Amino acid sequence: MAHAAVHDTHHDAHDHKPEGFLHRWLFTTNHKDIGTLYLVFALTMFFVGGSMAMIIRAELFQPGLQLVQPEFFNEMTTIHALVMIFGAVMPAFVGLGNWMIPLQIGAPDMALPRMNNWSFWILPFAFTLLLSTLFMPGAGPQGGWTLYPPLSLQGGNSVAFVIFAIHMMGISSIMGAINIIATILNMRAPGMDLLKMPIFTWTWLITAFLLIAVMPVLAGAVTMLLTDKFFGTSFFNAAGGGDPVMFQHIFWFFGHPEVYIMILPAFGIVSEIIPTFARKPLFGYQAMIYAVASIAFLSFIVWAHHMFTVGMPLGGELYFMYATMLIAIPTGVKVFNWVTTMWEGSMTFETPMLFAIAFVILFTIGGFSGLMLAIVPADFQYHDTYFVVAHFHYVLVTGAIFAIMASVYYWLPKWCGNMYSERWGKIHFWMSVISVNVLFFPQHFLGLAGMPRRIPDYNVAFADFNMISSIGGFWFGASQLLFVGVIVHAVFFSKNRATTRVWEGARGLEWTVPSPAPHHTFSEPPVIDDSMLAHGDVTH
Amino acid sequence: MKSDSGQHESTPRAARVKHDARGIAKTALFVVGASFLFGFAMVPIYRIACEHVLGIKLSGEAADAATVAMMKVDESRTIAVEFVASVNSKLPWAFSAEKARIEVHPGALTEVWFDATNESGAAIVGNAVPSVAPSEASPYFNKTECFCFTEQTLEAGESRRMPVRFVVDPQLPAGVKTLTLSYTFYANELATGRLGLVSGSANGVAKN
Amino acid sequence: MRRALAAPALIILGMLASTAASANPQPWQLNMTRGATETSAQVHDIHMIMFWICVVIGVVVFGVMFVAMFRFRKSRGAVAATWSHSTKLEAAWTIIPILILIGSAWPATALLLRMADTSDSEMTIKVTGYQWKWRYEYVDYFGKQPGINFVSSLETQSNRTRQLDSGLDPAAIKVDGVSTYLLDVDKPLVLPAGVKVRFVVTADDVIHAWWVPSLGWKQDAIPGIINSAWTQVDQPGVYRGQCAELCGRDHGFMPIVVKVLPKAEFEQWMTDQAPAPAVEATAITLAPTTAPQG
Ligand SMILES: [Cu+2]
Repeated sequence: MAHAAVHDTHHDAHDHKPEGFLHRWLFTTNHKDIGTLYLVFALTMFFVGGSMAMIIRAELFQPGLQLVQPEFFNEMTTIHALVMIFGAVMPAFVGLGNWMIPLQIGAPDMALPRMNNWSFWILPFAFTLLLSTLFMPGAGPQGGWTLYPPLSLQGGNSVAFVIFAIHMMGISSIMGAINIIATILNMRAPGMDLLKMPIFTWTWLITAFLLIAVMPVLAGAVTMLLTDKFFGTSFFNAAGGGDPVMFQHIFWFFGHPEVYIMILPAFGIVSEIIPTFARKPLFGYQAMIYAVASIAFLSFIVWAHHMFTVGMPLGGELYFMYATMLIAIPTGVKVFNWVTTMWEGSMTFETPMLFAIAFVILFTIGGFSGLMLAIVPADFQYHDTYFVVAHFHYVLVTGAIFAIMASVYYWLPKWCGNMYSERWGKIHFWMSVISVNVLFFPQHFLGLAGMPRRIPDYNVAFADFNMISSIGGFWFGASQLLFVGVIVHAVFFSKNRATTRVWEGARGLEWTVPSPAPHHTFSEPPVIDDSMLAHGDVTH
Repeated sequence: MKSDSGQHESTPRAARVKHDARGIAKTALFVVGASFLFGFAMVPIYRIACEHVLGIKLSGEAADAATVAMMKVDESRTIAVEFVASVNSKLPWAFSAEKARIEVHPGALTEVWFDATNESGAAIVGNAVPSVAPSEASPYFNKTECFCFTEQTLEAGESRRMPVRFVVDPQLPAGVKTLTLSYTFYANELATGRLGLVSGSANGVAKN
Repeated sequence: MRRALAAPALIILGMLASTAASANPQPWQLNMTRGATETSAQVHDIHMIMFWICVVIGVVVFGVMFVAMFRFRKSRGAVAATWSHSTKLEAAWTIIPILILIGSAWPATALLLRMADTSDSEMTIKVTGYQWKWRYEYVDYFGKQPGINFVSSLETQSNRTRQLDSGLDPAAIKVDGVSTYLLDVDKPLVLPAGVKVRFVVTADDVIHAWWVPSLGWKQDAIPGIINSAWTQVDQPGVYRGQCAELCGRDHGFMPIVVKVLPKAEFEQWMTDQAPAPAVEATAITLAPTTAPQG
């Protein structure tokens, strides 16, 4: 245990955690503690962003304005998106990466533990700043999370705070990404070749590269907004010879890879869970990696499909349509591989598997509407309607968030040493999967019938599906309290001790350490047994 | 928490980790810096891409006289050119095209006139922002003279008749039969502010 | 999960029910309508082509998945195989999607070319988005300049009803028995039937988007930039839409109404309007009239 001293001089050679609550959590450089911090933060933000969604759905429950003014409604849609993207989904993935990547590659910790601490502790400040704009004179941001100028610049001085908060979030995720890259490239146990790494680690490696490539571009774009607003530049100001459309190009150059930043780790999670519960190696391990890599590559060259209606020249629209359609191919490969992994398996349906299967189906439905949105002439109709809202919530809620929930059920016994309640986990699953469809499926109809997005009130014809959607929303929101209940029960009250392997079909290094995983693991590099890796056959 | 990756150099694993992790982090930081700069570089790249790849002219510069002189008049084709004049609601000017629509042959130099009136009680500087629709046609629309090339200062109540001379390139794609040239006048607040300063100091000099 | 499969079936039922195209959104409407123009009908067709492609792929993939979930359960004594590779399968599910994509890109490209072709239009309308109303200028009609120029904003009854806690019933606002709450304006854009109309679209303050679903497209209205689009409505009628790009506080309250009249009636309407613009221009106090004088 010589490496224990690497982390903290207060550690002795045994598995003792630092004394004192504050000391442990504030100054921790331990990947597991930081992973836990990230996950708890993400869950908190999930409820903060979720309560904003509840306000939105409550106002949209019926036609007419009953609860909030349009300005506040716009603040809710804007901050809901920023909180869910940068506060819930991304930190949850970083937390999972922190916890699991060192365990999956047999590393004692992250490569840069102190930076790891900073990258987490920036986040609470960033979000305090972002949320404080709600209480500022002149109110918070109302221009949508996409921050399109000139609208986003019409706000008061809160614009500066929002931009500063985005800078901090960006720095945090860049530091997190650098750490993950350094860890994966550098800290693998001997024998853990790149093409033997678990898929989750692989998807995170590619995601981390996306992050360091595009988060700075967002930082640049919002910096230009800041100088346009406060220092008299005219990057995006038509009056001064600037071009508001250029912001959209720069934003989506970040924004489209960002979409994949939020889904690639989910692909990794599902690729871990399905083989475990099918008790069969992952089908097409290398094809999965190539598919993820090509999706990541394509994400850089399709950005303008978010802005087909800005009046691009015909050539540009055709190019972005064709390039976007190409993404369907590697994405299809992934879905087919998951289904084929199940074929001739020996399946059981514990909660993680249920969420993973729901992910495959519902994410694919989100992919279908994505394919429809790629068709430019049809997109002229879909664009900025509830059809788009339905599309990206299928991809992000039943995609990214379902995968995160699957991973929590899957790895929680390893984290806390106790089994969660399978019964309540399943109740949480069925509540979530039914309500989320009640919530988002009718939004396809609303969009096709002509309801624009980001409106606080609507024509009476849209009333029925909005009411159904709102009911689904409240139901889905309430169901997530079960999630917290299951976690709290498992961590603090469950008497059902988890075994080392936890799941019968589980493969990979993380299942060779005891449950709960001790504070320090793999201080001595493990011996890699190829047949025990997550995907079995390392040649394909 | 002494260092990022530990002090036990005696352990080969820790030593290797320390060295490589810093190297990777440096490379990654370099990438981060480069992509931050790339965000800003997209501003000129965007212009270049629009003008040379997508064929949208964004700059309000005068067409090269020699190039325009080389163009032959194509009597066989007639293009309808529409003129749309707008004033931003923050600028108290009236602005209109004397002709809303004319028909021209590609290659022929044509002159049209616009009228602007400052309806306020103070001198204001305005800038006209041009835009051509369809955007694919914009590189074929050559202006040899335009009030949009420079700032326009109108004294209180002043009216000005302003010419635009242009040639439609005979290479204009055959599908384009109607072009719209739009100007939007915006208040140039910076230059208007300077105007005040200049007249203010001029008054000061007069007093002396 | 079963719900997710049932949902496409719901759409199919809905489509059968809503064959009659309508200019207004209908309660329980499930699908895009065929709209009022040839273009919008073609947009609808390509939407349906893509939809059915997705349904077929979905039925096959999810079908295989459900069979697997049923047959290969541990509780039924299934023993896991160990294979994890099949070149044939992988080649098939790469090549077949490529063919499907090429097949769908083809009609999409053709339709896009058609929609981009604004040539040979006989009329030009300039649309300007303001926070939160639209200005329409009749720039050109068969080579003449009608000089009509007016602002169109949410009609007063909707505007009163939509205020927070107004206590008024949105369902009470009806035209011909159909709800027009938030979808009606004081002064609609009037167009002639059977004439190819070119739109040049721009905005004054922030980005808006001009969208009438029955015409089959939307176009962003961007300050300083002029975008073009076209339509030709053959069937006289009233077609409603809304601003589709978030434009601030009252983004939800700047509807669009296009009233299409038979050509003769339209020309009569135009003559009636002729002296109006000077009066209308006062509606936006700071925006001077830009009515052409030529
Ligand atoms: Cu608008």
